[in-house]
Amino acid sequence: MEEYLKTKGRIFDIQRYSIHDGNGIRTIVFLKGGCVLRCRWCCNPESQHYEIETMMVQGEPKVIGEDTTVAEVMKTVEKDRTYYRRTGGGLTLSGGESLCQPKFARDLLRAAKESGITTAMESMGCAPYSTIEEILPYLDQYLLDIKHMNPEKHKEFTGRSNELMLENAKKIADSHMTELSIRVPVIPGFNDTELEIRDIAAYVRKLGNVRRMHLLPYHRLGQDKYDGLNRPYLMGDVKPPTNEKMERLLKVAEEVSGVECRIGG
Amino acid sequence: MGLYTYDSTPIPKSDRIPKLVENLYAKMPEIESARAVLITESYKQTENEPMIIRRAKAFQHILENIPITIRDLELVVGSSTLAPRGCQTFPEFSYEWLEAEFDTVETRSADPFYISEQTKKELKEANAYWKGRTTSDLATAYMEPETLLDIEHNIFTPGNYFYNGVGHVTVKYGEVLEIGFSGIRKKAEDELASMKVSDGNYQTKSRFLEAVMISCDAAITYARRYAKLALEMAEKCSDPVRKKELLIIAQNCANVPEKGATGFYEACQSFWFVQQLLQIESSGHSISPPGRFDQYMYPYYKKDLDSGKITREFAQELLDCIWVKLNDLNKCRDAASAEGFAGYSLFQNLIAGGQNEDGIDVTNDLSFMCITSSMHVFLPMPSLSVRVWNGSPHEFLIYAAELTRTGIGLPAYYNDEVIIPSLESRGLTLQDARDYNIIGCVEPQKSGKTNGWHDAAFFNMCRPLELVFSNGVDKGVQIGPKTGNVEDMKTFDEFYDAYKAQMDYAIALLVNADNAIDMAHAERAPLPFLACMVDDCIKRGKTLEQGGAVYNFTGPQGFGVANMADALYAVKKLVYDENKITMHDLKMALSTNYGKGLSNEDVAEMVSEVASAMKSAGQPVGEKEVAAILKTVVAATESEQVKANGERILKLIDAVPKFGNDIPEVDAFARDVAYTYTKPLEKYKNPRGGMFQAGLYPVSANVPLGGQTGATPDGRLAHMPVADGVSPSAGKDVNGPTAAANSVSRLDHFIASNGTLFNQKFHPSALSGREGLEKFVGLIQSYFDQKGSHMQFNVVSRETLLDAQEHPEQYKHLVVRVAGYSALFTTLSKSLQDDIIRRTEQGF
Repeated sequence: MEEYLKTKGRIFDIQRYSIHDGNGIRTIVFLKGGCVLRCRWCCNPESQHYEIETMMVQGEPKVIGEDTTVAEVMKTVEKDRTYYRRTGGGLTLSGGESLCQPKFARDLLRAAKESGITTAMESMGCAPYSTIEEILPYLDQYLLDIKHMNPEKHKEFTGRSNELMLENAKKIADSHMTELSIRVPVIPGFNDTELEIRDIAAYVRKLGNVRRMHLLPYHRLGQDKYDGLNRPYLMGDVKPPTNEKMERLLKVAEEVSGVECRIGG
Repeated sequence: MGLYTYDSTPIPKSDRIPKLVENLYAKMPEIESARAVLITESYKQTENEPMIIRRAKAFQHILENIPITIRDLELVVGSSTLAPRGCQTFPEFSYEWLEAEFDTVETRSADPFYISEQTKKELKEANAYWKGRTTSDLATAYMEPETLLDIEHNIFTPGNYFYNGVGHVTVKYGEVLEIGFSGIRKKAEDELASMKVSDGNYQTKSRFLEAVMISCDAAITYARRYAKLALEMAEKCSDPVRKKELLIIAQNCANVPEKGATGFYEACQSFWFVQQLLQIESSGHSISPPGRFDQYMYPYYKKDLDSGKITREFAQELLDCIWVKLNDLNKCRDAASAEGFAGYSLFQNLIAGGQNEDGIDVTNDLSFMCITSSMHVFLPMPSLSVRVWNGSPHEFLIYAAELTRTGIGLPAYYNDEVIIPSLESRGLTLQDARDYNIIGCVEPQKSGKTNGWHDAAFFNMCRPLELVFSNGVDKGVQIGPKTGNVEDMKTFDEFYDAYKAQMDYAIALLVNADNAIDMAHAERAPLPFLACMVDDCIKRGKTLEQGGAVYNFTGPQGFGVANMADALYAVKKLVYDENKITMHDLKMALSTNYGKGLSNEDVAEMVSEVASAMKSAGQPVGEKEVAAILKTVVAATESEQVKANGERILKLIDAVPKFGNDIPEVDAFARDVAYTYTKPLEKYKNPRGGMFQAGLYPVSANVPLGGQTGATPDGRLAHMPVADGVSPSAGKDVNGPTAAANSVSRLDHFIASNGTLFNQKFHPSALSGREGLEKFVGLIQSYFDQKGSHMQFNVVSRETLLDAQEHPEQYKHLVVRVAGYSALFTTLSKSLQDDIIRRTEQGF
């Protein structure tokens, strides 16, 4: 067996038939590498710590996190090859922040590419660029989050400032090595004004070489997990943005970014 | 590259269509007596004539006298009842059930019908003649006692043809469109002229050919009555637009179906008379699914379009009118069957797209317009199907997916790449196999050449497993072979062999039942009108029932594959491989419904079993003893120990891998389990000289027949629905639609040549936008790449369905797809509604 197939890593879920995260029908591998951010709206709070933990799911304790290898994960990824071939789908890495397990992430992507499966990664780009650079040769689609242009506000809501991520976004765009799409979680009270979306869209335009800009409306589907992990849900009863609002923001994004924009993944 | 070009631009809906639909659904459908009265009159006058002549004369008498009507705004005319969506009755097949249900048919939960006191009286009078004369009576006389016993104990249910006509055949519409019934009559005349009175088969064949001629004349007479009525109505009509329409209708009905159609409008009218009159000749359903409508109608469409005689808009309107009319045809079933076939469905399956006899894709304009019609009319009929292969135009599949996205549950998708070789393996020529269409739910056949007897019975694969645990005894009666005490079975193979032995025995009796019914139809209900449109009846001088068709099959459908796969796998793992459960404990758990409580009926049954065992052991059994037994049984089945045992075993079963999750070992096991039904069946022959071929689909019988099934070792509780078609058990497929599809594709879909049925339910978000449609089509193609045969979808949210259950009045038009056809959700029984809601919601 090739060395890279033996690389170990930690995941917490594999979700097949994912149709809202990248081209075609995809299999998402959720890496439990921990996350450098602590976004209040995060719908995968179980991804945030590297440690294996127990979460209550519908009244039953469930162990979150499993140590595995690239080869092991690829066994599941392989199962939907027919669907990838028909739809141009493939493997998507998500998290958490995939870049927190850089070697595992790289080798998973490499394993997929080597066997003719397309690759995508959802990531904030919050890592030294050298880490990203190692991954790019094996990555067909980079789904990069930009949450806010204002460093202070970014820090207030996610725990980190945004300079590194914005800088990486530019470098990724300039590398021409992957298809870059920018994804913006639209969070009421954080970045859901036309002005804030306009700022992000302007940066998208500046990046150049962006395939698409996605506006992902805030949802509360992760709320139960906070209870299950015995953590407070800081979003309280914030309501998801209305369709009308999303349409308005979409229009702004389209006008300013100059790239194809859409609501949802 | 296909043979035809097409214009995929959808055509807008005319204002006429919503009005036609509204008129059709204004009232509860009604039972009418005219046909029953007329056929009885005719039969009384023809007592001593050959049966085939009697049938033809009765058909003629009906068509000359049955009341006719042209409904408001109709462009295509011909109605079997005065009331919209009404139904006639068919006492020559069976009638007792209807009389027994006279007072409940209007208030029952599934498919209610209004019936007036006057109609009840008239039907009673007519029915009296039929005592001892029905096909059902004769079929019973042909069955062995043990066959009747198995039916009584719900091992299988041949109810469909036992009580109704057979149907399940598509006729040669193209020939009627081309030469009319005068042309077909001529064929019969010529055939007769070629015979000598001294020929050995002269008596049967000559009378058959005469019957064909009488039937063709009857159809022509019937159309002329409409021509006359349309003229009369036109004369009285003050609206100039409608007047003109009625005059054209009169002209159409004067020309067709007597002669060949000269244009598309006439072809539509001619098609419709064939469709409607076949429903008057015989009862049953799936008589005659329109099949490849987009093919036989195309030459007329193309010619008129090219010459400027019609516009695409008008052609679409005519198509839409036919779509409405297909929902005007109706049929009343007995209460139990109504549950099994719920949704007022006549299974008028119409298929678009696919290849021609030469293997060239022949998707055309009309193929697209068929989809548009279903969008416009938005009613359950026709059951629209789409043929998919590697040469299908991509835009066509995307357009079909757009229809799926509306939530109507249409179309169903069929895989040419499986069905064609599968039919060839059953003896069809390559050309005929390529030209298949779908009958009823999912059954493929070559139109105009086949008497497929599809849908010949429901076979519940769970019941034989129950018999393994009871050594062949059900409700105190030995109905299966004695396969031994289940607790003495030392290996899984021994256990599995016992299951196979129970299956083999029941399958043989199923064959006995079907063949008995087959014989009864040949003797008492040969159908000359149907026969004149199916090869090679005229040449052979036989009706379909007598073996006149080129291809003959009998296709009873098994269901419960997923339950049996999971159940047998759980027994293998837990009892034999891992020794986690003893057979004794499992048997106890099953007989006590895993400690989850028994129905009163179950308790009564257990008491009677103990009592009869005591009796046969020579012990006295009086009232006192029975009371004591009852007490013991109740205590025994509700004890803490029983509950704990049940709970423990359910938990262990829950942890065993299940079919539908893309686990190759389990799926291979399921494939083998399906063979316990499909393989033994292949070796049997029917009286028409054809073979038996299995289907794996339940229509919606998995719910009512599951209600008659005890707890099974897959963890399914007593009386709960059995799995639907080849789909995984509801809620057991937890890895999403691709995993479920991979598992299901690992069954052998080729051997189940009578069709398999795979249901998936999607939340609308899975199909949003062009990208959603692309991914959806990709999913279907991927399942088909892996040699799945059929796929159908419900696209509704769970919340919608729950709300519809709560407020049925607000969801009168909510269509869901139930096992092979679309039905109005609110007309389904509560338990079936619950089953649909329970099915795993995919893709959210």
